[in-house]
Formats: sequence, structure tokens, C-alpha cells
Amino acid sequence: MIKKTCVALACSTLLAGTALAADSIKVGMMTTLSGPGAGLGIDIRDGFNLALKHLDGKIGGLNTEVITADDAQNPETAKQITERFVKRDKVDIATGVVFSNLMLAVGPAFFASETFYISANAGPSQYAGAECNPFFFNVAWQNDNLHEAMGKHVQDKGYKKVALIAPNYPAGKDALTGFKRFYQGAVAEEVYTKLGQLDYAAEIAQIRASGADALYIFLPGGMGINFIKQYSQSGMLKRTPLFAPGFSGDEDVVKAVGPAMEGTFNTSHWYREMDNPVNQRFVADFQKDFGRLPTLYASQGYDAAMLMDAAVKAVGGKIEDKAAFGKALATVKAPSTRGEYRFGNNHYPIQAYYLREVVKNADGSVSNKFVGKVMDEHVDAYAKDCKM
Amino acid sequence: MISRFGPSRSTETPLLIGLPGPWTAIAVAVILAIYPLVMNSMGEDFYISMGSRVLILALAASALNLALGYGGMISLGHAAFLGIGGYAVAILAKSGIDAAWIAVPVAVGCAAAAACLIGAISLRTRGVYFIMITLAFAQLFYYLAISLPQFGGDDGLPMTARSVIPGLPLDGDLGFYYFVYFTAGLAFVLLYRLVSSRFGRALVAIRENERRMAAIGYPVYRLKLMAFTLSGGLAGLAGALLANLSLGVTPHTLTWHQSGILMVMVIIGGSGYFWGGITGAAIFLLLEETISAHTEHWNLVLGALLLFIVLVAPDGVMSLRERVRALLGRKPAGGAEAQSSIAAGEKAQ
Amino acid sequence: MLYLILEQALNGLQYGLMLFLLAAGLTLVFGIMDLINLAHGSLYMIGAFLAAAFYQWLGSFFPALFLAIIATALIGVILERLLYRRLQGMSHLSQVLATFALILIANETIKIIFGAQPLMIGMPASLSGPVELVTDELYYPAYRLLIIAVGLVVAVGLYVLVNRTRIGMWMRAGASNPQMAAVMGVRIKPLFTFVFALGAALCALAGALLGPLLAVSVGMGESILIPAFEVIVIGGIGSMRGALVGSLLVGMIDTVGRLLLTFGLKLVVDGSTAATLGPTLASMMVSLLMVAVLFFRPQGLFPARG
Repeated sequence: MIKKTCVALACSTLLAGTALAADSIKVGMMTTLSGPGAGLGIDIRDGFNLALKHLDGKIGGLNTEVITADDAQNPETAKQITERFVKRDKVDIATGVVFSNLMLAVGPAFFASETFYISANAGPSQYAGAECNPFFFNVAWQNDNLHEAMGKHVQDKGYKKVALIAPNYPAGKDALTGFKRFYQGAVAEEVYTKLGQLDYAAEIAQIRASGADALYIFLPGGMGINFIKQYSQSGMLKRTPLFAPGFSGDEDVVKAVGPAMEGTFNTSHWYREMDNPVNQRFVADFQKDFGRLPTLYASQGYDAAMLMDAAVKAVGGKIEDKAAFGKALATVKAPSTRGEYRFGNNHYPIQAYYLREVVKNADGSVSNKFVGKVMDEHVDAYAKDCKM
Repeated sequence: MISRFGPSRSTETPLLIGLPGPWTAIAVAVILAIYPLVMNSMGEDFYISMGSRVLILALAASALNLALGYGGMISLGHAAFLGIGGYAVAILAKSGIDAAWIAVPVAVGCAAAAACLIGAISLRTRGVYFIMITLAFAQLFYYLAISLPQFGGDDGLPMTARSVIPGLPLDGDLGFYYFVYFTAGLAFVLLYRLVSSRFGRALVAIRENERRMAAIGYPVYRLKLMAFTLSGGLAGLAGALLANLSLGVTPHTLTWHQSGILMVMVIIGGSGYFWGGITGAAIFLLLEETISAHTEHWNLVLGALLLFIVLVAPDGVMSLRERVRALLGRKPAGGAEAQSSIAAGEKAQ
Repeated sequence: MLYLILEQALNGLQYGLMLFLLAAGLTLVFGIMDLINLAHGSLYMIGAFLAAAFYQWLGSFFPALFLAIIATALIGVILERLLYRRLQGMSHLSQVLATFALILIANETIKIIFGAQPLMIGMPASLSGPVELVTDELYYPAYRLLIIAVGLVVAVGLYVLVNRTRIGMWMRAGASNPQMAAVMGVRIKPLFTFVFALGAALCALAGALLGPLLAVSVGMGESILIPAFEVIVIGGIGSMRGALVGSLLVGMIDTVGRLLLTFGLKLVVDGSTAATLGPTLASMMVSLLMVAVLFFRPQGLFPARG
């Protein structure tokens, strides 16, 4: 260690001290740890911490301090924590936000202070398009991507009359727009529900009456669990197959819905059985450390840490040189649980999307199973508006 | 049923306990004026914006205190007024009107109008019904904000810049702090005049015994409605400042959880004490800041603290002074009999 | 269309009866103990989580349901003895705050014990499919029929308990005038404990029954707390009849009303506007109903106290 620092020090002296290599890096991890969305934030944090453990607690070989904070899914709280991160703690890099509305609330403060932000989930269209920013990176996916992938799959499968359901708020409409970007057939019924709705019997009856041959849902969190339970129970699952974005068919949802989930399909940029050494190690150790199956959120938290590590190493620890560090983040080949991905001009991943099916295992439990690739090298729809 | 609020059972006029002496007020004003300069010189800009937040929420809590502590109206929907004030400023900013002298009064006006309407209907009911109907109204506004795409829905409505005052740059932490300082200071002076006026005394008397005040001939309903409207307007002012501080407003400001938190602030400080809202907001935010830095279970700590306050010190921090005096056996502030009557009074409503 | 409305009516009945299980306990505690209990939803959450835990342990639904009810009632007794007894007689403000504190504590404690991810309660296999009520036209989930049946049985049981038994007489006496009832020799304190435990048990029943239909997750209590409060305020606090009528009214408005509203709007405005406006209005309808009822009858539809 001492030797390493000496080398770094020597190098920086040689480079006429334009940027002194730091011997430490401060990471701000702000995510949702309480309230109904806590499960997602905890997964991101645990995935991130597992990566840190695999890196022996050092990002890019630097002494690493991670400051964890709970945004409670409250934009006000999130803004307050961001202020603290950039003004008092002066973090070098931040990550963790789950929800896009929170990301939009805190983004400006991070960008104004030139703090790099590595999103481990939130991928708002604004930051992918005209408002793209040199300090914003997303290691997960643009919000529309999973919907687009499913739209393509449903189209490819030859469904002609699809019913759509989403909560009545802007993100819901965006999601269905994303789906329809690749699904060209007729829409049997477009149902918008109240946000946080508990009972979907009315909507299920409506969907049945519409005679749809497939159903796509965008119902994040508890809403999706409620809906899938009730949909399966109404006997509709056998008549009209259910398609969902990856997060509505992930291990946490499968665990909550149980066997009723069998036979539903979802799209994701990652699946658990992925055959690469990074993922194998991640899945095995996550189960060992936390006693549950990892979700895609956990994989994204893990990848965020891995990206930071690779980029810091690429600049030899000189994170103060923001231009160089930003370039490293954008171009470095970081190890990832999903195998390979690269960033587009807007710092969102260009990557493959896969179809997963929830199946019953030999021991009677249910879990996700990889079915096939839906899209390759997919670029999000907003990248062309980004002047970066 | 007569519910008990604040220091009402003291033998002294309740108003005189709750009101600050002039020297206290001046001292607080001076300290708050110097505070950001000290922080600035130490390079701790974060604590300046933290100070702005404390002042803004102190104003919001004091606004609620006017209705809750002085008027005895347990409103579980004050977040609505905070949100309306915030949305008014953000909507105006979106349509290109960013002058503070237009935006802030409009925000206050909208919130006061909403409070007047809600109050006019809600004040027909009493007790638990009042609590629930104010909650229902706040939920209405929440659902409205979340489902209207024009106002950003769930994402909320961001502002690109703060409101504009010619000559005073508000974009920096320091400038904005003084803007909040003077605006909130003005509001506190107004509140002070209000509660020490005939109107304020009548309000407290209505809280203590509504039937008797009605019998004497006071227009009880109208006075309560006036207090509720003023309270809503001041909360709207806080909302306008808050939207400026955080550069935008989200539906989360309107949730009933937020209403609950405002109430918690008032209670921590002491409902019906002039300093109650201010002390409560400051203590709450400082505790949140320090405790949540150490544990993700801040809500557990808050819950336990709240239970402790309700069960052990229901009059809040501001009552401690009298409690200590009572313990020391000094009489001037209402004294021991007030305390024993508080202790006994719990049961005998 | 007719069958759709009929199916919705059944759904409304089912939702209404579940709300009634919560509202009945809430209104009793309110009416008899004069106690505003925001944490009622937390008892519902605790009931559901205990049912999920017992289900995972036993692998069978009905025993888990039974154990969850007993355990939640016990928790209710403990809470009443330790906390609610002290809150009684305090101001409504103190009660609101103390029970708000309980919500925070309950959510955090459940998260610490069970983790943040939602849990599963499997439903009995025999009830997991739909039943054909009208050939080819109306299918209805068997499990929801069970919920309706249980809800009706409990409603009748509560009616008999309150109106036909000695305990019920005490309860009514306590609701209309607790001091007088105490003077007349009703042993108020054990009665309070009983009432609170009963309320908790009903919460657990609702939580466990809805478990297979809804996400068993932290914060589930708050999502149903506000409708339950709206029910008892509409019905009149302390009134069992009010709770039943209010529950069914809210249940029907929330399901049938939502459907008719969207259909009605489609006749007036174009489809996509209707699809947006419908749910916005629907989410506000129950609150609006409550405001309207309180405007015309500030004591609710069936005031318990004259």
C-alpha cells in the first residue's frame, strides 16, 4: 500500500502537479431504506456493499469512505441529503437513488457542484435526452427500455390485441408509450388506475371484457404484487398471458406472489443464471451474505461500484481531474454482472435485453428462468436529443 | 368535551406565558442574523441552507400553531397549504413570472383562499370529525397534484431559478437566507401582534370554552374561520419559501405524513406557546440531521421520542421552564398548582 | 355490461366487507373508549405479517389465519394495558400524536424483524380458481366468495354481539355515556381491554384474509387506514350500523362508481381523456363523499350519541 501511494505520488509530481492523486475517495450512497420502496433501495445498497467487499473495501485502490443516507422516498429529504453530500461531506461521487422523481429533484444540485453521479437505477428520459449531463451516468437502463423490449417481444410473438395497464401518473404514461414504440398492433384497452390502488378486480373485469389476447402491466412496487396476485386468481392468466417489465417479475415480487406467478413473462437486462464469472460470484456471494436471491436492483448496485472502481483505476486515482475521470467513466470497460455493456453518447447503457419466464422448480418453489434474447445493442429513444 | 391544549390550565393568563419578552425576541433576532455570517466565515455553507430550512419550517409550524395551539383546531391537513403555496410559486415560475413581489403574495393568497374554503366547511364539524375532514381535504389536493400532468404529476414541478428580487441575489445560500430571515421575521412579528391582540385573546378563550364565548356574544365561527384562514395563508408563505429553497415542489409536500410531521414539530416545541413552532421545528430538524446520520432507523427513534413527549411532557419543550420553576418552588409563572392541575387534569376533561 | 356491473357489485361488496372488519374495530374503540387510533392500520399490518410468518412455518392457510388472529389480539391486549389505557382521557391531539408515533415504530420494527421485501401468504389450493356463477358470462374467484362469506358472518356476529348480548349492552352503554355506564356498575376497564382486543382480532382477520390478494408489505396499514377512517366518519363514530353502511357505501363507490364514472365520461369526452380523468376523479370520490356527508350531517349518517 505504502509503495503504491509512493508510486502515485511520484507520478503526480512528475506531471507537474496539475492534479495530485488523492489517497482516498468519498462515495455518497443515498437510497430508499424506509417506507414502501425500501426493499429496492436496500437491494441496491447491499449489492454495492458486496462489490466493495469483493474490492477489499477499496474503490480503485483508494481508501474508500461510503456515506449512506436514507431518502425515505421523499424528494424534500433527498434534496436535503444532497446538500449535505455536496456542501458538507464533499463527496467525490454519488449513487443509489431508486426513483426517477427523486433523481430529477436532486440531479441539479449534483451537477452544479460537478459531483459525478452514477445512477444504479433511476433513468429518467430527461437526463437521457436534451438535459443529458457530463456528470450523470446510468449503469442500469433508461426507464423506457424494459417496456420497449417487451413491446418488441409481444410484437414478435404475433399478438394482435394487447391490453395495457398503468397507474395514472406521468411515469405510467411514459411506460406505455415506450411499450407502444415497438408494439405496432391494436390496443384493446388502455387502463389507468389510481396510484397505490389495492384492488384491481374492476380493471381485470374490464380487461376480460375487452377480449385482449395479451396484457402488459406497468405497476411498480406493491401495486404490481397486488395486481398479479389478483389476476392469477381470477383465472385470467391462463386465458390472457401477462407480460411485465423486469422489476415486476423480479425475485422480490416472485417471493411475495408465490406460485401464482408461474407462467408470467418479463424483460430485463440481466438474469440470474448469466454465465460469466462476475455474475456467478455475485449471485453466490449475495445469497451467502444476505440469505436471499439477488434482484436486478442488487446487480445494478454491484455494477455501479464496479464502474467506479474501473474508472478510478483507469485514471490512476486522480479523480480530481474531472475531465479525465469523466472520460474514464464513459469509456472504461468495467466488469459487470450482465457481461458486457457500453455507454452511449448520453451515458446510458447500450446493451442487450432478455426475456425471462417465471417457472416452477423441481422443489416446488418458483423463480425466474432465462428464455432468450429480445434485443441487442439497444439504444434508447432519447439519445439523439442529447448534445454531448 | 373540552380538550386541553398548551399551558391553558395555568393560573396566569395563558397568553402571557406563551409570549416572549422583547429582549428574548431581540436576542433571537440578532443571533439568527449573525449565524450565517459565522457559518460563511467557517466555510460551512451547508449549515446556511440548513438554517433557511429551519426558519421556513419554523414558520410553517408556527402557522399550524396558530390554528392548533391558539385556536384549538386540530388540523391534520396543513400540508395542503404548504403545497398550495409551493405549487403557486412553481406554476407562476413555469409561466415566466418569477418576480418575488408577485409570486409570494399570490402563493399566500391562494393558500389563504383554500384555507378559507376548507375552514368554512370543516369548522361546521368538531372534535374527531374536524381532524378527519381536514385530512380528507388534504388528500384531495394530493390526488389532484399527483394526477395532473400539467403540474408534473408524481415528478413534481421543478423551478429553474429562484424568485427574483431586484438588488438581492437569491441564488446564493447567504442571500436566500436573508430573504427567508426577513420574510419569516415579518410573519413572526405579524403573528406576535395577532396573538397578543383582542383577536388572539378571544381565540384562546374560544379554545378554552367555546360555548361560553358564544353565549357572551362573540362570533365564534367567524373568529375561528379567520384564524384558520390566516394560519393557512402563513403556511402558504412557508410553502412558497420552501419551493424556492429546494427549487421546485413535489406532491410529497401534500401527504398526510407531512401534516403529521408539522404537528409533531408544534408538539415538540409546545402548542400554544409563541416559541413553540420555532423551537419544535429547530429541534426536530437538528435531531433528524444528527440521528439519521448514524442509523437508518430514525423513524424508530422519532416514534419513541414522540411517545415519550406525549406521555411525559405533553406541553413540549417550552413548558419545561415553568416546570423547572415549579420544581424550584418559585411562583411567578403559574407555579405548582398549575402543574398539579396539569397532572390531574389529564383525566378530568 | 350488465355482468360487468354485477361483478363489480360483488367486488364492491367484498371490499366493503373487508373495510367493515377494520372500521368495526376502529369505531368501537373510538365510540367506547373515546380514543382516536391512527395505529389501527398497523394492527392490520401486524396481523398480515404474522399470518405470513405462520403460513411459512405451517404451510397451511387456515391454521395460520387462526394463530395470527390470536397473536394479534394478544398484542392488542398488551398495547391497551401499556399505552392506550394511558392515552384515554388525554386530548385528541395527544392521541393523534401517540398513535402516529406507534405507526412509525410498528413500520420500523416490522422492517427490522421481517426485512423490507414483501412476504407471501398462499391461499388454500381448493379456493384458488374461479367459480362460474353464470354460464360463460360471470366467473368469480372462489377465494373472494370466501371473503364475502366471512365478512357477512362477522357482520351478523357483531350485530348479535352488540345488540343481543350482555357484553353488547355494556358496549352500547359505554359508547353512549362511559361515565354513566361506569356509575351503573359496568366494569369499564376489562370492557375496554376486550373491545380493543376484539378490534385487533378483526384487523388480523382482515389482514390475513387479504394477504393472498394484496402485497404483505411495510406501510400496507396506511393505505387502508384512510378509507377506514372515511368509513367511520361517514357512518358516524361509534355506530356499528354506521360502520356497516359506510363500508358498503365506500366499497361500492370505489368499484362500481369507478367503472360507471369512466364509462359515463367516455360518453361526454373522448376516450383517452376519460381514461385519465376517470381515475383522478375516482380517487377523490370517497373523500368528496365524506366532505358532502359532513357538510349536511356533521355527525355522520348514524350518530351514536344523541
